[in-house]
Amino acid sequence: MERIPILKLGDFLLVTIQVDMHDQLAITLQDDLTTQIAKHASRGVLIDISSLEIVDSFIGRMLANIAAMSKVLDAQTVLTGMQPAVAITLVELGMSLSGIKTALNVERGMEILSQFTDPGYEPQDADGSQE
Amino acid sequence: MISFYEVVKKNEGAILSGWIEEMVRGVRRADLMTDTELKQQAKELLGLFAKAAESSSDAESEAFLQTREFLRDIAKSRMDQGFTPSETALFVLSLKQPIFNALRDALKGNPSDLLNEVWASGNLLDRLALFTVDSAVEFRDQVIGRQQEEMLELSTPVVKLWDGVLALPLIGTLDSARTQVVMESLLSAIVETNSQIAIIDITGVPTVDTLVAQHLIKTITAARLMGADCFLSGIRPAIAQTIVHLGIDLVDVQTKAKLSDAFAMALNRMGKRVVALKPAGAGMVLGSKAKDN
Repeated sequence: MERIPILKLGDFLLVTIQVDMHDQLAITLQDDLTTQIAKHASRGVLIDISSLEIVDSFIGRMLANIAAMSKVLDAQTVLTGMQPAVAITLVELGMSLSGIKTALNVERGMEILSQFTDPGYEPQDADGSQE
Repeated sequence: MISFYEVVKKNEGAILSGWIEEMVRGVRRADLMTDTELKQQAKELLGLFAKAAESSSDAESEAFLQTREFLRDIAKSRMDQGFTPSETALFVLSLKQPIFNALRDALKGNPSDLLNEVWASGNLLDRLALFTVDSAVEFRDQVIGRQQEEMLELSTPVVKLWDGVLALPLIGTLDSARTQVVMESLLSAIVETNSQIAIIDITGVPTVDTLVAQHLIKTITAARLMGADCFLSGIRPAIAQTIVHLGIDLVDVQTKAKLSDAFAMALNRMGKRVVALKPAGAGMVLGSKAKDN
């Protein structure tokens, strides 16, 4: 069966979605990812969707769900590399994915994750500004 | 029985002079067109009309193709010259009177035939006059369409303010089509320049209603989804009032009154700031840049 690989990178888990997501694949990913977070006690999850060209409301909801589940398991989710077309589609579908942190690329995503897991890290106010 | 086109052919000279007389009295615009030009056009049109009417009584038919093309040219050139569409239509319609006069003389003894021919020729001329109006409207539409396209291209520049900071100065009213272009160009510019902060400046947007605000929020949300922060700047006091009165929720959007404020915040967020290179009077130079040099 087709699976999306989940790579462990220190405290973090790295998921890069390189194929078109279909519903079953998304459900499998959700299962695998929660299992892995629990197993490794990961502090952060980075999902790179730079190769994802098409998205529907189900996939959008799945991404939101994954973020919410990770949160429950005390892992911060960062979504990176979203394509303009995908962003527009999600917005038009009314999904702002407000619970997920986003970054332009994997590099920035990792920065955000390491900030988050930094012991001296203080949660910022809603707009994310750093004074 | 005599048909009107035969009458027209026979009395072409008289009709032409009658027509021009009619035009001089009614719709003549000596300021826009010379007499010779007008006579030339009238003569050509009358010739084409008489020829076409011989083989068909339908203004939409193949026989009238040449006439229609000629009228289209006339409509276009008259639009350029500054005629109104109704003046162009009247140019054709004023042909009625001289033709009717000629028909009246030719069909004196036969009122029912006269009526038929007046009806047929009048009908044709009405159609042709309407055709000139249609053509004029069509040309105007083309001009409007082209201008709209140009405005769309002109009005959505994405400017790079700093490494990683983009600005999008919006000018003019935002509608759905324009917002779509704005959104797409901003998002693709974010990807191209790898920018983490985008500033949307609405100083040039005259009014903000719920729809415009919704479009802006959508754009900002889409940018956030891609991993870029979006600030809104250039909000005039009147617009701030409108936004609150309309109950638009901009809580999730970072707003600043001026573009410069938003830019300062962007630099701040990137851990950079502006410092004076010399104590006073020497002008401002950006701190990080000075270090690079």
